[in-house]
Amino acid sequence: MNGPHDLGGRMGFGPVVPEPEDVIFHGDWEARALGLTLACGALGHWTIDESRHARESLPPATYLSASYYEIWIRALEALLERHGEVSAAERASGKLEAPGLRPERCLRPERVPAVLAAGGPTDRRVPVPAAFAVGDRVRTRNLQPEGHTRLPGFAREKTGVVEAVRGGFVYPDTNAHGAGEMPCWLYTVAFRGPDLWGADTDPALTVSIDAWEPYLERA
Amino acid sequence: MPHDHGPDNSFDNMPARVKALETLLVEKGLVDPAAIDAIIETYAHKVGPRNGAAVVARAWTETDFADWLRRDATAAIASMGFTGRQGEHMEAVFNGPDVHNLVVCTLCSCYPWTVLGLPPVWYKSPPYRSRAVRDPRGVLAEFGVGLPEGKPIRVWDSTAELRYLVVPERPAGTEGWDAARLADIVTRDSMIGTALVAAPGDAP
Repeated sequence: MNGPHDLGGRMGFGPVVPEPEDVIFHGDWEARALGLTLACGALGHWTIDESRHARESLPPATYLSASYYEIWIRALEALLERHGEVSAAERASGKLEAPGLRPERCLRPERVPAVLAAGGPTDRRVPVPAAFAVGDRVRTRNLQPEGHTRLPGFAREKTGVVEAVRGGFVYPDTNAHGAGEMPCWLYTVAFRGPDLWGADTDPALTVSIDAWEPYLERA
Repeated sequence: MPHDHGPDNSFDNMPARVKALETLLVEKGLVDPAAIDAIIETYAHKVGPRNGAAVVARAWTETDFADWLRRDATAAIASMGFTGRQGEHMEAVFNGPDVHNLVVCTLCSCYPWTVLGLPPVWYKSPPYRSRAVRDPRGVLAEFGVGLPEGKPIRVWDSTAELRYLVVPERPAGTEGWDAARLADIVTRDSMIGTALVAAPGDAP
């Protein structure tokens, strides 16, 4: 979607503010927000793609003025509501109106190390050969779905070179919407800076994206 | 209007809003607060950039390991015990005389948690995400890094589930150092690409 999250190349956000390495959370609520988000993910109602889409679907003014953990919490509220676990009325009143749907999936502390260490690999076998090979020139398609996509706007309708064939991976454009994993070949595609940003751009700049096969056509 | 009393306006401050959500989830039996504590403990004290620093120092001191890291970073990093969430599919990119690598996620906050821990705020924020792909030299200048003019810069936008670890250049003056001593000088930012590893005795 052409949402507020698609930030590559946008202007006017000011300087980057570096931060020391030992700053992990800014207040306890950020730590709880992290833990809540991961613990609720273990309920199995949604995929990582659906959760990303919930974040980018926040109203643009909200998204751009919120800290990242605020974005996470607002998206978590939306996901819990969508999947019938916590209603808006319950959030407003603080009073339970229905029991949880999946208490049997509640993440217990003793399982946390194993769950975090296992992660959620998204590589999958794709039953057809890859359409492109390393060195091929490809052009990104003009895809502007209203749903989730991982083709950033700045890399739309641009010509680049396939630098690596990464294998088959879950396709976020369908998976985010409960339409199946539909695994597709994934490629790293490199673009020259001037091809992305104009002729006066540093010619020593190369930018790559990781692009699923449906994003690409032969150049 | 219901919106005036809706949940968006009930909790202006995030601590109360998060606490309220946690309380509901605990009462519904969906979340165990001790599991949240365990998750926080993991990323506050166990999984962080010292993992990545150990990987980099080993790559600097063992040619075979560096080769493995180039070929199959997921397996090479897993061999050191660093596996899991947001590190399922790893790629290592090596800085050198001919290229400086920089990692970003313009679309969200994708970051190699297994080797670097949780991303810093700036990595997740619009200033970095918007400019890293367009003006990386300007971004680097804000980190106090000046690259030689004309040095190629490669920016990796983490748009899929591959997670990128930058292997910075080993500074001169560290000949003969063992991996543990080298790991101490490898900073988090150098493994994102927004810093260089300083030679010993250099001003930071």
